[in-house]
Amino acid sequence: MDKPFPAIQHPNANNRGADWYVDKLMQALVFIGGISAIIFIVGIFVFITKEGLGFITDRFDFMEFFTTEYWFPSDEDDPEFGILALIAGTASVTGLAMIVAIPFALGAAIYIGEFATGKKREYLKVLVELLAAIPSVVWGFIGLSIMNPLIIKTFDVPVGLNVLNAGVILGLMAAPIMASIAEDALKAVPDSYREAAEAMGATRWQVITRVVLPAARNGLLGAVLLGVGRGFGETMAVLMATGHSVNIPGSIFDSVRALTATIAAELGETAVGSEHYGALFTIGIFLFIITFLINLTADLIVKGIKKG
Amino acid sequence: MFSTTQLNERNQRTQGLFRLLFLMMTWLLILPVLIIVSTLIYKGGSIISADFLFTVPTDGMTAGGIFPALFGTVWLVGVALLASVPIGIAAAIYLSEYAPDNWLTRVINLAIINLAGVPSIVHALFGVGAFVIFFKFGTSILAASLTLAIMTLPVVIVASRESLQAVPHAFREACWNMGATRWQTIRRVVLPNAVSGILTGVILEVSRTTGETAPIMFTGAAFYLPFLPESVFDQTMALSLHLFVVSTQVPNVPEALPYGVALVLIAMVLIMNSISIAFRMYLRGKKKW
Repeated sequence: MDKPFPAIQHPNANNRGADWYVDKLMQALVFIGGISAIIFIVGIFVFITKEGLGFITDRFDFMEFFTTEYWFPSDEDDPEFGILALIAGTASVTGLAMIVAIPFALGAAIYIGEFATGKKREYLKVLVELLAAIPSVVWGFIGLSIMNPLIIKTFDVPVGLNVLNAGVILGLMAAPIMASIAEDALKAVPDSYREAAEAMGATRWQVITRVVLPAARNGLLGAVLLGVGRGFGETMAVLMATGHSVNIPGSIFDSVRALTATIAAELGETAVGSEHYGALFTIGIFLFIITFLINLTADLIVKGIKKG
Repeated sequence: MFSTTQLNERNQRTQGLFRLLFLMMTWLLILPVLIIVSTLIYKGGSIISADFLFTVPTDGMTAGGIFPALFGTVWLVGVALLASVPIGIAAAIYLSEYAPDNWLTRVINLAIINLAGVPSIVHALFGVGAFVIFFKFGTSILAASLTLAIMTLPVVIVASRESLQAVPHAFREACWNMGATRWQTIRRVVLPNAVSGILTGVILEVSRTTGETAPIMFTGAAFYLPFLPESVFDQTMALSLHLFVVSTQVPNVPEALPYGVALVLIAMVLIMNSISIAFRMYLRGKKKW
């Protein structure tokens, strides 16, 4: 045994066959697919900035844009570009939507995740998933044709297209999504935690409040944040259900107008490259940055639990 | 052996109370939607007929059917799928089979989350800036479909990645040990085991794409166009936008008409979602590992 074993040579080691090239080619192709999401998200930012740039350099005034409430972008003599009222519109509708959605979404998540069992649990999960699938334009139509007369009749107000209408619609839209993310967060709590608590004689309810909810806290917070992001960015439903009048709301029966809805309603009437056109893209940049920050925060919070 | 103490009884009562409360909340979440769907059926059901589905709208959209809108939606969804399914599956394969745990993968995942979270109207602005103006597609099916494709890409990526990751690692190892390359393993072992899961994701994407309105408003969907598109460079009507138009933009529409359009739209979306869910349950029952 003086000599070492000769190194084993694969028959094709020096002579790369077609398979080797196919393998490398496919690896390159799926890599391109993989980074496509980054390319698209950067592309979105670049292109909306490109279209909004003319307005930002020539006309944009930070104080006017964010702190005045006068939005008269198509006034021929003296156009005004203040989005404070639009921000107030979006914020009031999203805020009311969260008041409606958060308790129901968390309640449903806790029931489906912790109390319901077997077939019943499956049915409820499927129903919640189907709710999340209803398109936003259908919700808008519901706000317009069902909620509107209902609000007028119930509260004896002249207009039923207002913060209340859009907030409830948006809440019903956001709740199923929040519920299913929240349920995932509850599911991520290991069963051994529950079993340990139950072995100590804790009731289901004690297990939930003392063990499961604290452990799932970050995931639940992430679910709520994603719901807020959803509400903030919703377009068709708020366009149809808010009443679409520029207004800082004094009560939930006031009509408002949202940032997203303004773009949707006005982009068709503007000339490409005009100030008004650029202003709408600037609102788009603002929406992009806000939702980016919300999603980033939600992601960091949810990732936080996985590490800790 | 264990006597029920007073404390225990109180705890049991609290639990029962909260269980009931949460059950009620779950149903309060679901009930309004059941009421809404039945209202749509009640008010719009009478107008649904073969004529309604297969004729052109007439009298300034106050009469006639919805065929151009239905047909246009099929076009938009079809072209969007052609663009997004290959890219989405490639991305899912990269993330599940190749991606190392490094900063690039984290950035990709963050980009996917944001692509799903960016407001639909911002996607529309991007479609206008990129496809309509920069690439000079004009307002066309192509521009609208590409906008929709990018918007719904995360649906395909997430569903496909999940079903690829569900294929046990041992399958891959067995294949590698036979001398297969990475791609041969993916092509012959991983994909065939994941294809049905990917399909449920694609059906979900079809459903999402069908209902989207804002992204197509300025990129390719027309309010009223009573003939059918002939190529991807034509504009087209779309069912989702048609619902918006007949319920807000057109005066003197008979009450049943928008309800009928909403009913057709919601039926398409819910049927596709139900198929996807049923398929997923069937697969879960069939799983051998």
